[in-house]
Amino acid sequence: MNNRRSAYDDVVVTTPVTVPYVRYSIRGAHWFLAGALAEVLRISGLGKDALDGLCVSSFTLTPDTAVGLTQHLGLTLRWLDHIPMGGACGIVALRRAARAVQSGDATAVACIAGDTNHPDSFRQNLGTFSQFARDASYPYGSGGPNASFAFLTSYYMRTYGARAEDFGKLCVAQRSNALKFPYALMKKPLSLDEYLTARPIADPLRLYDCVMPCAGAEAFLVLRRDEAEKRGLSYARILATMERHNAYPDDPIQYRGGWALDSDEMYAQAEIGPTDIDVVAAYDDYPVINVMQIEDLGFCKRGEGPDFVRRHSFTADGSFPFNTSGGQLSVGQAGAAGGFLGLVEIIRQVTGQPLGAVVAEARLGLASGFGMINYDRGLCSGAAILAAGQ
Amino acid sequence: MSESVLLQLAVELASGSVRVVDLTQTLSPDFPQIVLPPEMGQAWPFRIEEASRYDARGPGWYWNNFSCSEHTGTHFDAPIHWISGRHLPDNSTDTIPATRFIAPACVLDCSREAAADADFLLTVDFLRNWERRHGRIPAGSWILMRTDWSKRLDPVAYQNLDETGQHTPGPDADAVKFLVDERQVLGFGSEAIGTDAGQAFHLKPPYPCHYYMHGSGRYGLQCLTNLDLLPPTGAIVIAAPLKIKEGSGSPLRVLALVPTAVRAPARSSDKSVKKIGRTRKKRR
Amino acid sequence: MTRPLVRPPRKNPILRTRVPTLPPGGRSRVALGLTAAAARGRLELQVCRDCRTVQYPPREACRVCLSQRLDWRQQDGAGELVSDTTLHHSNELFYRERMPWRLGMIKLDCGPVIVAHLHGDCAPAPSRVRVRAHIDRAGQAALLAIPEKDTPNMADDRQLREMTCDPKFRKVLVTDAKTALGQTLVEAVVAAGADLVWAGYAERWKKPPGFERLSKLPQVSLVPLDLTDSRAVKDLAGEIGGRVDILINTADHHRNFGIAARDGIEVARAEMDTNYFGLLRLAQEFAPAMRARGADGQSSAVAWVNLLSVFALSNFPPHGTYSASKAAALSLAQCLRAEFAPAGVRVINVFPSPIDDEWNQALPPPKIAPVRLAADIVEALRGGAEDVFPGDIAQDWLSRWRDNPKALERELAVMPR
Repeated sequence: MNNRRSAYDDVVVTTPVTVPYVRYSIRGAHWFLAGALAEVLRISGLGKDALDGLCVSSFTLTPDTAVGLTQHLGLTLRWLDHIPMGGACGIVALRRAARAVQSGDATAVACIAGDTNHPDSFRQNLGTFSQFARDASYPYGSGGPNASFAFLTSYYMRTYGARAEDFGKLCVAQRSNALKFPYALMKKPLSLDEYLTARPIADPLRLYDCVMPCAGAEAFLVLRRDEAEKRGLSYARILATMERHNAYPDDPIQYRGGWALDSDEMYAQAEIGPTDIDVVAAYDDYPVINVMQIEDLGFCKRGEGPDFVRRHSFTADGSFPFNTSGGQLSVGQAGAAGGFLGLVEIIRQVTGQPLGAVVAEARLGLASGFGMINYDRGLCSGAAILAAGQ
Repeated sequence: MSESVLLQLAVELASGSVRVVDLTQTLSPDFPQIVLPPEMGQAWPFRIEEASRYDARGPGWYWNNFSCSEHTGTHFDAPIHWISGRHLPDNSTDTIPATRFIAPACVLDCSREAAADADFLLTVDFLRNWERRHGRIPAGSWILMRTDWSKRLDPVAYQNLDETGQHTPGPDADAVKFLVDERQVLGFGSEAIGTDAGQAFHLKPPYPCHYYMHGSGRYGLQCLTNLDLLPPTGAIVIAAPLKIKEGSGSPLRVLALVPTAVRAPARSSDKSVKKIGRTRKKRR
Repeated sequence: MTRPLVRPPRKNPILRTRVPTLPPGGRSRVALGLTAAAARGRLELQVCRDCRTVQYPPREACRVCLSQRLDWRQQDGAGELVSDTTLHHSNELFYRERMPWRLGMIKLDCGPVIVAHLHGDCAPAPSRVRVRAHIDRAGQAALLAIPEKDTPNMADDRQLREMTCDPKFRKVLVTDAKTALGQTLVEAVVAAGADLVWAGYAERWKKPPGFERLSKLPQVSLVPLDLTDSRAVKDLAGEIGGRVDILINTADHHRNFGIAARDGIEVARAEMDTNYFGLLRLAQEFAPAMRARGADGQSSAVAWVNLLSVFALSNFPPHGTYSASKAAALSLAQCLRAEFAPAGVRVINVFPSPIDDEWNQALPPPKIAPVRLAADIVEALRGGAEDVFPGDIAQDWLSRWRDNPKALERELAVMPR
């Protein structure tokens, strides 16, 4: 493939920030986003006036979008974007912000994602999620993505021989990782037996296959390398990224995503292979998607996911460190912040600032995003390979 | 002279020695209505729609709007109602002289004959027999044909329809001509729907009571009740239709003033006045 | 295997009646094309005129070539069940109250992948299924997959029964059971498994042939009902209204006049009094209790059927005033449909071809026989449609009306008398 895209050269990512998650909050999304932005500015030492770019992702910010936040938070910006791409928004925000800084359109771009959660907000979000959801899936009672992922999981199990124990192994490992993570909402260990016998949600999915919606925020800062060094900030370099929407539209059911189309090019651009990756964060709203990303990102061949899961261990000290803060399945899904959670954890691991479990000598990390079940499949996919800066 | 008559009437009404007998059926949606072949214009049955009943439509009051034909329930037929009377003077409810609305009545007891034969026809012979017992029919009297038909409370029995039409009693053509030409009566009244018999279409002329009575400027009363409470002679009937412009008739209140000194004939039933209504079957 | 439906036990009178809840009913305008076809009992999907792609969910342009020349075309619904699940949890009240609930993802032979309700007798994926579009309790099109071949007691499937108005074990009022259609309809509803059929009649002294025979059926109860008498309608509603699950309004006053052929308004008024005001009286008295019972157990209040006429669609001048009264009734029935919507009770409007009775005696064939029309009405109750056009003439006029209503108006105006 001759069509190499530009490298990211002098653009780096710093300042991973998490606003602590809570199950329910009476605050609005603006509160959580403001908290994330304030913490980014505090840690980076950047004054508000020096911030000239902002990228926002949020479901519950309505009726505001990113532009409302500029006046709400008193920001005057040269560059502004709003990324409504669910679990892929972190990767996509990183790509947008990096090119803005690289081109000089902005010098410092804060990427923030956050949502509030009221007892009724999950159901209200579902009602207006997308036109296709309103017309063709919501009326069938699926109550959000549960039915869609039940279909996918059932199909995957039937086609590739995956068993409930395989998915359970991933969930148990992520819970083990989460027990060390200070912001995780799930604080009790999970055994495989508990996973296998939990309350059924939508066959074959059970309770621990599903994330817990909550309130919270995540953020990071994109700068030129010399700016980061000037401020003494630990940073990660961006080796390569990819983004693909509505991949394989004619597959009758989703068993592969955009990474299968574009990950080869991404590794080529980074000049590494999957075996070089030290730590992986995949978007985990259901464990079957973890396995799909593992296959599509080249860690094993199509259909060999179950075998891969059986052969590896996924804790931070395991043979394949995976979702080392616990992932959404154990930390919680704070709306759009779920699309940042994995990327923020990768930034922490490769910059040597982990908050919980430590991946030893994490020099290369891969974060993968997946999102927007518009109707029957996730439309967005993206991934980024980060390298330790210094 | 007439001043003291009226005063005397007032006193006797108050004391009950002149009784008021109500000859009128209650107007309700259940009361049967004359049925014509479907191709003909029909007479509206009585229908009533509430306008308000101490509710949001009118908090302090109750009232209704109703609709019906001029010939619904107990009603008066004016001469203009029939083709034979259409050109006569003073032939509609608004032009009939008011003096005609108060008149003596002769009550002809045909109850046994009607019970035996629903198509019973009143004949000249019957009239002559009646006169032998009760005297000559005075001019200007109502002739009221008592058949006890009003005691048929079941609307099906009251209508008495079968595949050949309605079967109710009435006068034959000769009897009507006799009453008009020989006795100059005021009009003819009956208990069934129609002054003519149910099968009168087949008489010559068809519907002779309507034809001759209205054709000679005389009147009709239908769906009367309580005729069994009246003496054969001596009652005064008050029958004043609504003053409808060019009206062919109207539902009305028909009252009889009856002196108590005159005994009413024995009745077949002891029950007091009943209204016609639906029989209520028990439903699941 | 679907277990055959069992007659439900008598309702416990001290328990609160469950209030109706509905599946989500919001749809984009383009998606209402599916609803419009389901209303007529059809599964239709968008087909691109330029590249022939069949697509779903509905879109404003072809997903392949971006053409905006899209037509809704009937599909046979054959397809392959690719995956299935059983929901045990939902955030929607309607489904929460009806757990567990089967759903399927089906690849239709004509192309698109659909999410649909899944009949209990459909074998787990992979298997062949047939997909239908029904009007669901929210009044919108819902897709449901049934087994490739009919199975025993198929109609008794719990999920399917939520998308039909099946008379089985229900109580039905037929407002005029004296006409030939009324009589055969009572018999057809009894044969379809109704527990109780109230057979309404006005003017008891008019006894048409065959009517007394109805009272011999053990499920049938004759009830006096004159739709022109407000108090009578109110009285009957007071007696039986709280038990009526399906109301079929067959009362019809039909004469054969336009404007010039008959002096006076009396005939037209009588037609309006029964056909339009009769419907209004019935709806005012019977609809409230039916609305309250839209989710009242297995034998809930479920449908209101109006016997209109294809003349309601476009005036048939030889029966001009009658046509107008039916058009008035149609408009009112649309109002009734909106008022019933929150209760999940389906208003089914029937637009039959001229019925083979005395008032259509002078019309040439084809005319629809009462027994055929009764069967079509029962089929509509057991299916998913809400606008039914029985008989060849009705189907023909519907096609002409949909194609060009002004042309139909002209064609009817010059029809030989």
